[in-house]
Order: sequence, then C-alpha cells, then structure tokens
Amino acid sequence: MFQGHVIVTLKKDVMDPQGKAILEAAHHLNLPEVKELRAGRYFSVVIDAENEQVAREKLDALCRSLLANPVIETYRIQLEQYHTEE
Amino acid sequence: MKAAVVQFPGSNCEWDTVRAIEIVTGNKPVLVWHKDRVPLDTDLVVLPGGFSYGDYLRAGAIARFSPVMQSVIDFAGAGGLVLGICNGFQILLESGLLPGGMLRNKNLHFVCKWVYLRCERRDLPFSNAAPDVIRLPIAHAQGNYYAAPELLRELERNQQILFRYCDERGNVCPAVNPNGSVGEIAGIVNKAGNVLGMMPHPERAVDPELGGTDGRFIFESIGRWLSKTAAS
Repeated sequence: MFQGHVIVTLKKDVMDPQGKAILEAAHHLNLPEVKELRAGRYFSVVIDAENEQVAREKLDALCRSLLANPVIETYRIQLEQYHTEE
Repeated sequence: MKAAVVQFPGSNCEWDTVRAIEIVTGNKPVLVWHKDRVPLDTDLVVLPGGFSYGDYLRAGAIARFSPVMQSVIDFAGAGGLVLGICNGFQILLESGLLPGGMLRNKNLHFVCKWVYLRCERRDLPFSNAAPDVIRLPIAHAQGNYYAAPELLRELERNQQILFRYCDERGNVCPAVNPNGSVGEIAGIVNKAGNVLGMMPHPERAVDPELGGTDGRFIFESIGRWLSKTAAS
C-alpha cells in the first residue's frame, strides 16, 4: 500500500484570481514580504499496488482524468509507503 | 420537437428550462434523471444550470461521470443538438464535448445580472432566429472561460465563438466582460456546430414579467432548425 500526496494548482500562465485575492489579504495583514501566492488543492490518496512504479502510474491516471483538469491545471505527486496510524 | 432536459443531483434550472421550451416551442420536454439514458427519439438534449454535485472538485467535474453522459456523448457524436447552459456549459467542457476550461470569475464574485451578447453567427441551429444583440441574465461564480492562445486562435479560425459580451450597441470590449473570459467569450460551439455551451441563461428570459424575452430566440432557432431538417 502506498500513500500518495497530490497537489493541484492552476498552470503558471493561467490567471489565479483566488491566489491574487489571498495575496492582497496577506498585504493587508502587513506582510508585504509575501511576494507570490498561488492557490491549489491537496488530495491524500491511499493506493493498493504491488510496487511504487505501479502506484505512481495509477495515481497519475487518477490525476489526469479526475483530480486535475489538464486544460487549466497542473499537478505534483509525492509517494511514500503507507503506514496505518495506531 | 422532442427535447430532453437532464437532471443531475444539484441541478436547479431544469424546471425553468422545461417550462421555457414548452412556452416557446409548444412541446413539453422530458426530464431525464442522470442515472438514465437519453431517449432514442430525442432531438435536443439540454444540460441545465445549477450546481451539479455541489460543484465539488471543479464545476461539472463529477457530473461528467454520471451514467447519462455517455448517451449524451454518443448523441452529440451522431450530430444531435446539445445545449449546455451555465453549469451545463461547465459539464460540456469537463466531458470534452467542448474545448477549453472554466476558471473562477476574475473579480471572485458570484455575478448575477443582465448582460448584452453579440451573436457572431446566424447559420447555426441555436442562433438562426437571433438578432445581432440579445440581452440575457447571467448568474455564476465560475464563468471565466479560458483557452490557451493557440486554442483561442483555433476557435476564431473555425468560427466557434457564438456569443461575446458586449454593450447594448454590440461593441465587444473588456469593460463589459462580467467574468474576465478570454476574448469576451460567453458561448462557444464545437467544430460541427451541434453542441453549444453558454454561460447566460436563455430559459430565464422567455417571459416579459421576468425582465426580458430574448431567450426565446435560442429556443425558436432550435425549433425552426429542427422543423426545417425534418422537412428536408
């Protein structure tokens, strides 16, 4: 079993109105040091696969067809061994 | 005219759409639950506005996997007329029946108001009875249509842009664009011209009591087109 972490964000050249509004709010908080901010979504996914490569392929397929819209979004995948929390 | 209006969990304009089509064309459409298929003798499929699946993930992203959508895709592939209004437009984009994607409105607000649209083509099933400029209401938070520059050029080249936001005299300019969409786009068709996605709501503009009747042009156009093709 593998634990996947997926982060979906809008592509660099796609306008991110939400990120822009949050950035402006950061400046209102008197944090002018915050120079760039892009909003996104995070997914935690547990995958049953025989090895890491297969898990990555499955997760990639899930991202391409559902979690992200490749027309406007891009995604990053991180994988690790799945540990049940006792 | 045999129209089918699809009802997803979270749709909220389906009854308005049924009533509008009945008022304008005299034919009462059937409602099709998202777990069923589009009836075989259907002339027109409408994906109505609303918040299918609560807009979870992305607007339209989950509805695309509803069982009914395979029959809608087959129907469109065979040349059947498909109209997606607002959330219906978003579903058409997510399902790949129309190109491009939908972003949040540039100003982040849910925008609910009447807008003017310039009708760019008169040779389509959806617009053959429409004048140059029509006035319809919009109500959306994610109507900021996006197409990468290359796709936008392709849409222009293929004349796939049917409606653009404009002023009352038909001048298209960013100042009257309510959501920041590229090219002031409010509605596009597929290459074949039988699938239309539009953010404005024609079904909310068929009764003068509700502020306008220009939505009739869309349904009249479809009715006229279908009776013409049936006669030939």
